[in-house]
Amino acid sequence: MKIMQRLTAMTPALLGIGLLLAGWQGVVLLFDPPRYILPGPARVALVLWSHHSLLLHHGLITLLEILGGFVLGVSLGVLTALALSVFPTLRRTLLPLLLVTQAIPVFALAPILMLWFGYGMLSKIIMAMLIIYFPVASTSYDGLRQTPPGWLELATTMGATPFRRLWFIRIPAALPSFASGLRMAATAAPIGAVIGEWVGSSAGLGYLMLQANGRMQTDLMFAALVVLVAFAVTLYFLVDGLCRQLLPWQPDRRHNDD
Amino acid sequence: MPSTRAVAVDPPTVRLDDVHLAYDDSPLFEQLELTLPAGSWTCLLGRSGCGKSTLLRLIAGLATGGESRFTLSTDDQSPLRHRIAWMAQQDLLLPWSRVIDNVTLGSRLRGQTTDRERAHELLAAVGLTHAAQRRPEALSGGQRSRIALARTLYEGASVVLMDEPFASLDAITRLELHELAARLLAGRTVIMVTHDPAEALRLADRLLVMHGLPATLSLHEAPSGTPPRDIHDAELITHQRQLLDLLNEQTAPTDIAVGQQ
Repeated sequence: MKIMQRLTAMTPALLGIGLLLAGWQGVVLLFDPPRYILPGPARVALVLWSHHSLLLHHGLITLLEILGGFVLGVSLGVLTALALSVFPTLRRTLLPLLLVTQAIPVFALAPILMLWFGYGMLSKIIMAMLIIYFPVASTSYDGLRQTPPGWLELATTMGATPFRRLWFIRIPAALPSFASGLRMAATAAPIGAVIGEWVGSSAGLGYLMLQANGRMQTDLMFAALVVLVAFAVTLYFLVDGLCRQLLPWQPDRRHNDD
Repeated sequence: MPSTRAVAVDPPTVRLDDVHLAYDDSPLFEQLELTLPAGSWTCLLGRSGCGKSTLLRLIAGLATGGESRFTLSTDDQSPLRHRIAWMAQQDLLLPWSRVIDNVTLGSRLRGQTTDRERAHELLAAVGLTHAAQRRPEALSGGQRSRIALARTLYEGASVVLMDEPFASLDAITRLELHELAARLLAGRTVIMVTHDPAEALRLADRLLVMHGLPATLSLHEAPSGTPPRDIHDAELITHQRQLLDLLNEQTAPTDIAVGQQ
């Protein structure tokens, strides 16, 4: 029943995707561009099938990089936010530093990361981690800072200890902000991993795309892109669904759309 | 009965002496005095912004944003800290906690074992036994206020500080909450801040009106009869008229002064 409802709710989105694919195929049929410029969706689907073990091999590597970066970046970001809100001294020393480091374009760090951490998965994991670290840290810290004062005052009159006030009030109150940080991280982590692979790697979807590009296998590039999009979308919806499950008191954001 | 905090035994008389409070050198209180007699309900009536909530916050030990000094004492010589319960204008229920856990919040914040049995008794007392496992969002404003009242009672405090706790409720619900609060808080030292003369007259054993700058307190005789008094009572209505006139007079001169500028 629930699954049916979900499917019905998703119909417009699926219809949109279907229209896009049809339009794409239409353009290809109509103008007949060379295959190395624009392969049609049918062609891409064919390559997806014929090269599935190659895509799977490189896809798994990218997936591990994305997940590794996601877990590390989220953990570090949350720990930073907690530390900042608990220790005022840290706030004065670390916060300005954090803001300054944000002025460095993370992409520009990629070559240095290759130099330090090699061409393997580690440098990509660190790249993805760096990209999501700051958004997660700053949204979580904002959430921890913006506890409605009434709750804190109530806790004061109840004789709460600082740790229990943090645990029972400030952290739960920050969860919605933390959830938006997580959603942001879910979309940014794949970017970090692929950028890392472009700068220097010997495996992964980013590597595969560069190789295919060099050989004018545009259809394979598209196929790799499809796999990447599938990862990113799946990760986003998993995270989003988890956040909804864990925050049942938060009003559904879809109700405020218009 | 096992309890995490003593249940309203021997409410103290609370005295606030020599209260000074200033915001940027403009004084709100100067040498103000306030006595809350043991076991009676004091209502502090005044117009919005007169400083009545600020005075309450001083007793509660909450920040006022101004520079203050005052002496807070009790007749039994033991400190007031850990003997107060606070009920604010918003119900302050935690949306992520079930109703029962909201009631027992104080225990968890102090690291004591929760007394769920007593929490259930209190929920029964406010007529919400069925809602124990629900989340606050599913409840009406009146129900939420009842839970806030149960949470206040759960603290077992002998001194209860209320800052317009019923101001956001509709008229009928507010009257119901008055009855409930008067019954359940009987025997404690209560101070309730309100801007509604009818509410003050219905509930007060002692009625203080706050006005002026720096603020002063004047005692207004409460109507006869025991709270909660009937809202339609002729005596109460006479008193209400007097109070409305009084509140109106107090601000009139400043209004004119502003108008002439």
